Amino acid sequence: MNVIDLIEREQERSNIPGFRPGDTVKVYSRVVEGGKERVQMFEGVVTVRKGGSSGESITVRRVAHGVGVEKSFLLHSPRIERIEVARRGIVRRSRLYYLSEKIGKGARIKEKKAVR
Amino acid sequence: MKNIIGRKVGMTSVFTADGRSVPVTVIEAGPCSVLQRKTVEKDGYDAVALAFADAKKSRLTKPQAGRFKTAALPPKRFIREFRANIEGVEPGATVTVAEFQEGDRVDVRGVSKGHGFSGGIKRWNFSGGGASHGSMIHRQPASNGDTNAGHTHRGSRRPGHFGVDRTTHQNLEVVRADAERNVLLLRGPVPGAPNGIVSISATVKRNKRTAGGTA
Repeated sequence: MNVIDLIEREQERSNIPGFRPGDTVKVYSRVVEGGKERVQMFEGVVTVRKGGSSGESITVRRVAHGVGVEKSFLLHSPRIERIEVARRGIVRRSRLYYLSEKIGKGARIKEKKAVR
Repeated sequence: MKNIIGRKVGMTSVFTADGRSVPVTVIEAGPCSVLQRKTVEKDGYDAVALAFADAKKSRLTKPQAGRFKTAALPPKRFIREFRANIEGVEPGATVTVAEFQEGDRVDVRGVSKGHGFSGGIKRWNFSGGGASHGSMIHRQPASNGDTNAGHTHRGSRRPGHFGVDRTTHQNLEVVRADAERNVLLLRGPVPGAPNGIVSISATVKRNKRTAGGTA
């Protein structure tokens, strides 16, 4: 196997739950503030999941105080503490760029109910 | 001795201990055998010739094979000479990635990617002209300089063959040196395409972080 694949594989983490664009996730990331480290939570809809192997990243979108905020995270970064899936959504595209043009009711995503 | 020959594998990114993602070039380096010690008395200059990557003996010319025979070493494909940091290196010895450490600064020499006959925009970063609105100069080099001179100044930048030059990228940081796999990870790009052969040596730049740069 290629050395690059080996290096990338070593850095992948295994504790990432399965989720797709349209799902709502909570990302717990470590941030360093004033020399201190703490865990910050960011909850929102996954709009983009791109890249592969250790370079995979996601973009999470939420509306905070009426302002749309998008944050992207490197999925395999050691700065990510953990990721939780809060809600599964039904969407028909892999990149939810249309969300940024919609506000309020238009920006809702239907929930996918668990199949019994 | 911080000199080694390697093969560029490609680029990727790795996470550092403090969680940053760093772009790196992966280089399969060594093990190299020390083929020859050149001296001022005998050869007119001081250098060490390293050899890298096993070769079939039948692939070598007789003069090449002769050098390996003199050193009593198995034949190798690539030979490169290094002139700095070569004290106490004797023919027959082996050089590996273990000579390098995380945080070292190195210079990487290689042959840059070929671009063929290229215009001024690609070769010299010219700005180029307007695309439309009647502009008739699109990617042309435009003026060649002062008309009073009556001739074009020597060394003026013109279109021509670009790439396939011996290029040095100085002061690259060693992000990881994996002696087990004979792999070096260097921060940033190195000259040439994947599978290109590069020479790596301690940097000639004087660094604030790594005092002296050499060593």
